[in-house]
Amino acid sequence: MAFISVFDVLGPNMIGPSSSHTAGACSIAYLAQKMAPGPIASAEFTLYGSFARTYQGHGTDRALLGGIMGFATDDRRIPDSFSIAREKGLSYHFSVNREEDEIHPNTADIRMTTTDGKTLTVRGESLGGGKVRITRINQVDVDFSGEYSTLIVIHYDKPGVVAHITKCLSEKNVNIAFMKLFREAKGQTAYSIVESDGRLPEDIPGYIQKNPYVRDVMLVQT
Amino acid sequence: MDFKNGAELLALCEKHQCPISEIMRQREAELSETTPDDIETRMKKAWAIMQESALTPISSPRKSIGGLIGGEARLLSEHRNSGAAICGNVLSRAITYACAVLEVNTSMGLIVAAPTAGSSGIVPGLLLALREEYHIADEKIIDALFNAGAVGYLAMRNATVAGAVGGCQAETGVAAAMAASAAVELMGGSPEQCLFAASTVLMNMLGLVCDPVGGLVECPCQARNAAGAANALTAAEMALSGIRQIIPFDEMLAAMYSVGKRMPSELRETALGGCAATPSGCNFSCK
Repeated sequence: MAFISVFDVLGPNMIGPSSSHTAGACSIAYLAQKMAPGPIASAEFTLYGSFARTYQGHGTDRALLGGIMGFATDDRRIPDSFSIAREKGLSYHFSVNREEDEIHPNTADIRMTTTDGKTLTVRGESLGGGKVRITRINQVDVDFSGEYSTLIVIHYDKPGVVAHITKCLSEKNVNIAFMKLFREAKGQTAYSIVESDGRLPEDIPGYIQKNPYVRDVMLVQT
Repeated sequence: MDFKNGAELLALCEKHQCPISEIMRQREAELSETTPDDIETRMKKAWAIMQESALTPISSPRKSIGGLIGGEARLLSEHRNSGAAICGNVLSRAITYACAVLEVNTSMGLIVAAPTAGSSGIVPGLLLALREEYHIADEKIIDALFNAGAVGYLAMRNATVAGAVGGCQAETGVAAAMAASAAVELMGGSPEQCLFAASTVLMNMLGLVCDPVGGLVECPCQARNAAGAANALTAAEMALSGIRQIIPFDEMLAAMYSVGKRMPSELRETALGGCAATPSGCNFSCK
């Protein structure tokens, strides 16, 4: 069982009104922007389930937009996210999907486009009490919480890539808490996700990228 | 140092001859691998946010996003200040502050979930009321918050604090159990009396459903926070008087969880039953 801290009970410190629909939404978007391949020019949000039905009354939209701008759950700017985004020239769009029901009730898809035209789509679920997990990156199903510093390696599904990643981590003296491998299909795009206690070395993506089968590396620090 | 239930917690208090708050502090330092100073700083910050959220709406009321509440804390405060309060100063203050925190929460202000956002008014409401009426030092309040954290941790570990899983008894019920236990330690009661009070609250709030009007964290949530503070104060007074509770906290927690799981889904945060399904409540349903 994961450790329950006194600050999981008396916390999170958060902008209301809902730990799942406001703080959790903010955290999903906050994690998503850390994964973006550059400064974000526009963000499109698709809301599912309970998010889709009740987002306005819970400020879910403002929390998501605030998270994309790097606001944490206790950032007092969250209520003013719309006007701050307009001032920054960040364009945003919200849509709801009420048809999809084979999905966690508090789910959001976030499609980010960077200033140089790269895109990344991230799906997150808000699990309650402010806890979240990222469940999809582009078309690949993944699973990580962002509670640990996380390394996401996008690579071709070829032999030796995982060994290369663990070798880099070992040389940098990183202790792995969790490691998971996900793939689209055999021989196609794969995602290796490593969660670690403490911060990961900032230069680790450069080392991992030396393998010819590695396409991209993202670092989401706690 | 760790404990899995109330009985183990009391055994640790007995063994080390210390209050619940001290055991919870040591547990946090050991298991979170952070320093006692960091933990203290973090708790002080939480208390600062709690106080601000309990006081601000009295001078500057704000309407909630859903429009169902706003201004209640000021009305309660004015009523007390006029000398007309019928429930005494401690309880009058506690319900004022509990309502205030919910006003802040529902107008997208900053609060500390305790244990959830929808039940965030009870712990700060009661503790701030006691501090003001009895001129208690802030350090003692920080102790009380660790005590509250111990009770909330056990509820999260062994039952639930989610309205969607266990109804309002799991949210405001647990919050009130936390507040009651904290109040007992704050006012000089023993660890055993703390858990007597927490157990009494769970008993008295057993079966309370989660039925938010329009699916919003506004009505009946605000009034339930006020009532939770009253329940906590009642249970703390009984425990401090020396009244024993025949059902241990661990058993009441299990009973609460069992009752929660048996509630139909209409009564677990779906806004399809209870207050939400009354004709007046339906008028506010989400479009």
